[in-house]
Amino acid sequence: MTTKPLLKVEGLKKYFPIKKGILGRTVGHVKAVDDVSFYVNEGETLGIVGESGCGKSTTGRMLMRLLEPTEGKVEFDGKDLTSLSTEEMRKTRRDIQMVFQDPYASLNPRHTIEKILEEPLIVHGMDNAKERKKKVHEFLEIVGLSAYHAKRYPHQFSGGQRQRIGIARALMTNPKLIIADEPVSALDVSIQSQVLNLMQDLQKEFNLTYIFIAHDLGVVRHISDRVGVMYLGKIVEMADSEQLYAKPLHPYTQALLSAVPVPDPDFKKEQILLEGDIPNPANPPSGCTFHTRCPYKMEICTKVTPRLIEHDSGHSVACHLYSEQVDNDIKQLEGSI
Amino acid sequence: MDERKTVLQVKDLQTTFFTDSGEIPAVDHIDFHLREGEILGIVGESGCGKSVTSLSIMGLVPKPPGKVVGGNILFGDKDLLTLNEKQMRRIRGNDIAMIFQEPMTSLNPLFSIGNQMTEAVRIHEKGWSKKKAEGKAIEMLKLVGLPRAEEMMRDYPHQLSGGMRQRVMIAMALVCDPKVLIADEPTTALDVTIQAQILKLMRELNTRLNTAVLLITHDLGVVAETCERVIVMYAGQIIEEAPVKMIFDDPQHPYTKGLIQSVPDMRFKKDRLYSIPGSVPKPGSIQHGCRFAARCEFAFDRCLTENPELYETSDVHQTRCFLYDREGVEQHDNKALIES
Ligand SMILES: Nc1ncnc2c1ncn2[C@@H]1O[C@H](COP(=O)(O)OP(=O)(O)OP(=O)(O)O)[C@@H](O)[C@H]1O
Ligand SMILES: Nc1ncnc2c1ncn2[C@@H]1O[C@H](COP(=O)(O)OP(=O)(O)O)[C@@H](O)[C@H]1O
Ligand code: SF4
Ligand code: SF4
Ligand SMILES: [Mg+2]
Ligand SMILES: [Mg+2]
Repeated sequence: MTTKPLLKVEGLKKYFPIKKGILGRTVGHVKAVDDVSFYVNEGETLGIVGESGCGKSTTGRMLMRLLEPTEGKVEFDGKDLTSLSTEEMRKTRRDIQMVFQDPYASLNPRHTIEKILEEPLIVHGMDNAKERKKKVHEFLEIVGLSAYHAKRYPHQFSGGQRQRIGIARALMTNPKLIIADEPVSALDVSIQSQVLNLMQDLQKEFNLTYIFIAHDLGVVRHISDRVGVMYLGKIVEMADSEQLYAKPLHPYTQALLSAVPVPDPDFKKEQILLEGDIPNPANPPSGCTFHTRCPYKMEICTKVTPRLIEHDSGHSVACHLYSEQVDNDIKQLEGSI
Repeated sequence: MDERKTVLQVKDLQTTFFTDSGEIPAVDHIDFHLREGEILGIVGESGCGKSVTSLSIMGLVPKPPGKVVGGNILFGDKDLLTLNEKQMRRIRGNDIAMIFQEPMTSLNPLFSIGNQMTEAVRIHEKGWSKKKAEGKAIEMLKLVGLPRAEEMMRDYPHQLSGGMRQRVMIAMALVCDPKVLIADEPTTALDVTIQAQILKLMRELNTRLNTAVLLITHDLGVVAETCERVIVMYAGQIIEEAPVKMIFDDPQHPYTKGLIQSVPDMRFKKDRLYSIPGSVPKPGSIQHGCRFAARCEFAFDRCLTENPELYETSDVHQTRCFLYDREGVEQHDNKALIES
């Protein structure tokens, strides 16, 4: 595995206007994604977790420019995607593909599997008809289906099989990066593990880079090399998967991890129960947006937004508990000189 | 031995859907009991018959196409299956309450929370004044940990978050002080931090009010954390039943084993997940033999022709698998010996 970033995101924002009245006046904004920066190295899997509405899907869609960012830069393979023309962007999509949560909604019910899988090749002008057919059969086998499935329609498959088809479709154009938005969330446990194993095998075989979006913390730990935790449109913590799960720093991450039910009745963990609900992203709390639920809230938290700062090597956190520590460290260091 | 009284007993229950494409035996001869004050889990993958089981108990199976075609559901001295709709409504208002996965579908969007809560109280406490019923409603909203309960009485369902709506549903279910609470995937639609709040609430209410809870879920983590005893369902049948510790420490049925191993564990990284090959069969699609045979790594000839019964492997543990049929296993072993 190399450590070259394939994708670099800086200051990404998406503000959706809230419109009211017959004139459709804009009365405010939903800050769905609010100043998000991260990178993904070639061949690795970056997991993005967070609760419903925190901006995971919106982030994913902006990376492919299925949704135009309000602000920010997306650099893929050395190119700034946000400055590409529509035509150039269309070409680049061959290298970035998406896999969705609901494979049924994303497969045209009136098309055969063959037609569905061929389509990305036709769109990108790849291969001739004969080569395309061959490739369809080949990829059906690769994802664990059979060539004879090519003539069938989506409704003739189970949920797990449809997700395999969704994955095959994403692979057809030989992409470098796959953004998978909750690819196993709709699947039963026994099928979920099949699809996760398949995704891991394909990653090795085709040297794929994954951005894996999910709300299931166990699944994300299993598949990711690094993990970013989102809350109300911001990344609040980012670290190596091992580190994040062993030693979460952000109070939200700590609460989130402690809330996950563990399939082992003998395991007694300390649960940090958060009060209240996730605030409305149209009207987020001032300062640290987590302060309304945070057990460690300090005065500064309601006023100043903490920045995402590297705390340990490769482990970043956006919380004043740690910025203070950094300050103290600096003071101590200065005092000792 | 567990001394607690049985409050609900399901015997040989069969519920079938009669559809254009044939008969679907969604619940296929199932037996279980629920004791006073216990939390019993039913776990299984989608379509295995969990919801149809709970709807059968509540007398809410959509008819047509569904019909309870056999069995008994004993509650106190009554068989619920022999009651008429009016009598069943009384049971639902007083003795057995149910909460669903999506609270929005069971709250009426057109009426305020206060209106619906007060109504629920007055169904139970006939002759109470509106004022008195409102007092009780507010008390119940507070009991389930809703802040500003008085104001919330004026709110409409869409003004509340998913977690708050689920609390309201629980409050409404508890108004009648039921002996049994059936919760069908009560936290599946909720975020994990909200799920933790609701599960804690359910455990507290269970201890405090001694309500017996039938908790239906597909999440093994939820089962491990909440239930005392567990029933595992597969394709319309119960395939294993045991106290929660045994299900996780000593799972017996190959399906239960596989299911537990398939779950990614947050505490440590496995290189590769175990995976059960194939997919869940539709109920009724397998006529002969063990329903798990096509996916089972231990399947042998008998599994393809006979349907295993639930074998008792201890006082408290039952497994529907020929590997636990003492006589059968000997036959199998002997046969293997002879063949070798
Ligand atoms: N087209 C849109 N117009 C207005 N608001 C939107 C739009 N799309 C998303 N939002 C809002 O942006 C926020 C982030 O949404 P997003 O879909 O990215 O969340 P998510 O993290 O993917 O959640 P989930 O886990 O539920 O999929 C939410 O508050 C959502 O309501
Ligand atoms: N209204 C219905 N009409 C026809 N079939 C149904 C209906 N409701 C449930 N079923 C079938 O009964 C079986 C069990 O369903 P259910 O109890 O809802 O599963 P789950 O365990 O996911 O709750 C499924 O195969 C389902 O397709
Ligand atoms: S910045 Fe303050 S409120 Fe925010 S997580 Fe840290 S301690 Fe809590
Ligand atoms: S009865 Fe046979 S097929 Fe069924 S679970 Fe047991 S060993 Fe497997
Ligand atoms: Mg999403
Ligand atoms: Mg169900």
